[in-house]
Amino acid sequence: MASDRSGPWRHAAEALVIPIAALAAAMVVFGLFMAALGQNPLEIYALIYQGAFASAFSWQNTLSRAAPLVLTALCVALPAQAGLMVIGGEGAVVLGGLVAAIVGHLLSGAAPTGVKAAMVLAGMAVGGIWIALAGALRQYRGVNETISSLLLTYVAVALFNHFVEGPLRDPTSLNKPSTAPIGDANMIGSLPGLDIHWGLVFGLVFCVAMHVLVRYTTYGFALRIVGGNPRAARLAGLPVARLVLTACALGGAAAGLAGAVEVAAVHGSANASLIAGYGYAGIVVAFIARQNPLAIVPVAVLVGGLSASGGMLQRRLDLPDATVLVLQGIAFMLILGSEALYGRLKPFRARAA
Amino acid sequence: MKDLVGQLDRRGLLLGLAGAGALGALAAVGRAFAADKLVVGVIYVGPRDDYGYNQAQAQAAAALKKMPGLTVVEQEKVPETTDVQKTMGSMIEQDGATLLFPTSFGYFDPHILRMAEKYPKVRFAHCGGLWTEGKHPKNAGSYFGYIDECQYLNGVVAGHTTKTKKLGFIAAKPIPQVLRNINAFTMGARSIDPKITTQLIVTGDWALPVKEAEAANSLIDQGVDVVTCHVDSPKVVVETAERRSIFVCGYHADQSTLAPKGYLTGAEWSWTTPYTTHVKDAMAGKPMNNFMRGGLKDGFVKAGAYGRAVGDPARKSADAIKVHVMKGDFVIFKGPLKDNTGNTVIAAGTAHKQTDVVLEQMSYLVEGVIGKV
Repeated sequence: MASDRSGPWRHAAEALVIPIAALAAAMVVFGLFMAALGQNPLEIYALIYQGAFASAFSWQNTLSRAAPLVLTALCVALPAQAGLMVIGGEGAVVLGGLVAAIVGHLLSGAAPTGVKAAMVLAGMAVGGIWIALAGALRQYRGVNETISSLLLTYVAVALFNHFVEGPLRDPTSLNKPSTAPIGDANMIGSLPGLDIHWGLVFGLVFCVAMHVLVRYTTYGFALRIVGGNPRAARLAGLPVARLVLTACALGGAAAGLAGAVEVAAVHGSANASLIAGYGYAGIVVAFIARQNPLAIVPVAVLVGGLSASGGMLQRRLDLPDATVLVLQGIAFMLILGSEALYGRLKPFRARAA
Repeated sequence: MKDLVGQLDRRGLLLGLAGAGALGALAAVGRAFAADKLVVGVIYVGPRDDYGYNQAQAQAAAALKKMPGLTVVEQEKVPETTDVQKTMGSMIEQDGATLLFPTSFGYFDPHILRMAEKYPKVRFAHCGGLWTEGKHPKNAGSYFGYIDECQYLNGVVAGHTTKTKKLGFIAAKPIPQVLRNINAFTMGARSIDPKITTQLIVTGDWALPVKEAEAANSLIDQGVDVVTCHVDSPKVVVETAERRSIFVCGYHADQSTLAPKGYLTGAEWSWTTPYTTHVKDAMAGKPMNNFMRGGLKDGFVKAGAYGRAVGDPARKSADAIKVHVMKGDFVIFKGPLKDNTGNTVIAAGTAHKQTDVVLEQMSYLVEGVIGKV
């Protein structure tokens, strides 16, 4: 019985030790790779640490890169709870940003707090509808949601470009077509004393809220049952369609929020700079986090840190941008591969009574 | 068993501590560059070896590296998001850079403007942005070249070379800078033979290699026999043209090695000129030159060497025009000029010199271009 009580702790320790060991192994493999290229691995490690985590500046660099990924990863992880593989977060990001920019401009002049709230809510609503569309296609027409959400992204980007370069173009934005600015008063701005925008806090709150929703509510329980076996869920009388659509809508809302924050905190209008691939980067983050909303946060920080230190490697050692992609690739392969180790390592196995 | 686990833990902990110590020691080495040198940071939106926009900038950065008293740090593939703000910040905070060349057009507003306010002692030299007196910070500025002069020369050479009288232009976006190039190219060609037309295809974004290849193929299928482009990397267009045995004019950087048979000439940047000016000003402590523009005669742009396929008449006409451009008495955009819907866009008697800011707001396609803005 005593060993049973230590069960949850053992699982938690296992879930921590395995990915960290995989990451350490990845650093070693990467070090060997760099040594083969004539670089000093210790210097590389030092630079990675320096670029990503060594100072207040590098932490802010890391966190501001992680912020959008937290939200776009939720766009994959939430539908995944219901068994759907949605990879079209990019579409929700750009449309969320576009609609936030429109709302911000239309309401400019109103009380800034109201405008900000309206922009954020509009972005979330549009992102939610967009991903729910992929969920509905799957639920009612049997269209594979992975493909449809990906293709919907192309539609979203085309719509975005059409409006930004056509009917909604601000005539003064000559060589960088943009929508009309939302105005400085309506910008969300940075966290007090930091050079990181509010998107990070939104992301953290969203992750914690979704973790509670998925783990500790009947809704979340039902959702996971649908994810496990939709037929059994239907037999048990669960409203499968509603669960699938809401999970997609929540995920889409997270990505739409990411787009709205990009507009409201960074760009001040919608333009092509918004199509930066955050939606795609979120897919990797969600998979490494094993679709766990809480685990998304450290994984996004890791990815943000690697991208921050990638710049350091480029600048100090004249290495190409691809260097850090190699490290990312090695790390993600090993972390994903290490999933095979769960339940197989002796220290984490239940002890026989 | 339990003891063994304990030992492992302790050993692991010690190992970890030792590792962290070594890491800390290395990190403490700190800044990599000598304090008495000017550190210059260059930021690219794409890969440095793209045979295009970024390579043209990287060539200038490479030239800077040969200057004494200077360290150059470079970072490529930086998107136009907060990433570029953090990259500029890293160069300033971690590398000690005091002069930055963030080269992508989209970096200017809001990213460079924000960082320029935050770091008033650092100079930000941006490629192409419309820096405005009184509106933008004094420690930011823009440099750009009148590359339409070279596009006009491209057009002249293309006009001599084409047999089908159909030219092709593959463009990323219908924005003023791009329209100006399309128009100059077409006008150059039509100065040789007014029957010539330019078929325009707009791909929609700066780097869409698949679409660019499709566009090139479809132009060639329509009978186009000289093609050129304004996209970030002309590589695919140039290679497709060579494979289909037609002629091609380059853009941004020298692509002649990609098409030894069909490469005619190219409109190339020569950014070394503005780069060195900025570096010298920074070293001498002179105030920043906020608005730098120049064409062929100022050494901001250059015409590529003629390829094998360029005949003598083409060389002669192009060289003759070049002489006037170098003298400064050649005006490309002068009235009467009609757009391709028949409206007069520049009235007779009006001549817009290169420095005229009206040209930076161009919104039409001239007569002879088949396509719509």
